[in-house]
Amino acid sequence: MEYKDYYEIMGVERDTTQDEIKRAYRKLARKYHPDVSKEADAEQMFKQVGEAYEVLKDPEKRVAYDQLSKAGVAGAAGEGFTPPPNWDAGFEFSGGGFTEGDSAAYSDFFESLFGQEARQAQAGQRSYRMRGEDHHARVLIDLEDAYKGATRTITLQAPELDARGHVTTRNRALNVKIPKGIRAGQKIRLNGQGSPGMGDGPAGDLYLEMEFKEHPLYRVEQRDLYLDLPVAPWEAALGATVKTPTPSGVIDLKIPAGSASGRKMRLKGRGIPAKEPGDIYVVLKIALPPADSDEAKALYEKMQQEFPFNPRAGLGV
Amino acid sequence: MSANNEILKGQILDEDVMLSLAELSRACTIHADWIIDLVDEGIIEPRGREVSEWRFPGICLYRVRSVIRLQRDLGVNLAGAAVVLDLMDQIEQLRSHLHVLEPDW
Repeated sequence: MEYKDYYEIMGVERDTTQDEIKRAYRKLARKYHPDVSKEADAEQMFKQVGEAYEVLKDPEKRVAYDQLSKAGVAGAAGEGFTPPPNWDAGFEFSGGGFTEGDSAAYSDFFESLFGQEARQAQAGQRSYRMRGEDHHARVLIDLEDAYKGATRTITLQAPELDARGHVTTRNRALNVKIPKGIRAGQKIRLNGQGSPGMGDGPAGDLYLEMEFKEHPLYRVEQRDLYLDLPVAPWEAALGATVKTPTPSGVIDLKIPAGSASGRKMRLKGRGIPAKEPGDIYVVLKIALPPADSDEAKALYEKMQQEFPFNPRAGLGV
Repeated sequence: MSANNEILKGQILDEDVMLSLAELSRACTIHADWIIDLVDEGIIEPRGREVSEWRFPGICLYRVRSVIRLQRDLGVNLAGAAVVLDLMDQIEQLRSHLHVLEPDW
């Protein structure tokens, strides 16, 4: 069992006041709340902070924890922590057990120290029926998955009660169908795949939020794709038909004569498929051939002499 | 690790999924009165005029559950939760727009 430094988790000194603990908790809870936070490990952090606060906000638990830390830490910080016998002698955790958060998610460490009393207290207080906690996970998918659909295996850590009522963590693999036409930010709800309920309460749900992996070519906004397409100066000036990649295959794109750099061309309906499919916007980027040989330099010099061209005319200089 | 080969097909919470008030309150395990409060606050917007005709787009399910968690975990009231959700939507839009403008961001 791993020793948890609740003070470190909360980012407070060991001699801090109850008020400061409360303030630190409020701040961290906002920072890591899974509905608000964009941090990758938000859910995990939020649970840790909740667990730390559960102990530190209750002066009795806090004093007991401090004593335990003094007695135990010297010998075995980190892995392999075992609370000394009778560490809790003389304390009565009257604080009412788990008062907020998702008690099923607390660590083994918490569980072995405060678990039994708390669970009994809770069982006495409430009618024993509670909906299981919902879970959230972010799933990284390839852009191509949105065009063709895919099946992804995701691995989740789920706390679970074993036969003796102890909390253990179990890795759970789920195969999930990613339907064609999925967009970033969309949520897939898997009914009943969250934490099991208490008593005969229903299980929570699992929400999967889709996110595209960074794509080397395309940028995605809603159903639309953006592609930077390099073109030669003469292709942009004279017009040309050039090969252009799209997720559903290479196409021939006609560049009109006199195209400026940054010109946006729309390929209608070739974005992410749907009833109203998205578009692909091809953004022209004029690529300059390097002047790295005498011939190339001669050509640039010829242009310089023969073009009456001031690229900064629009700036009034 | 436990694994099986079953392929789960979830429900995409988009405009194609429409839930009645009863379905939404059952899916969220929350009282229907409370959902009506959320409608009054403008947090979720059903289609249809009469309560009996209300149909909620799928994403409402997520928003309702979010409000429940925000209230429970952060002590946010309904008006506060409405602000949080609106700002989250805006941030999401800005992020994706920024990404299109600045590919290296």
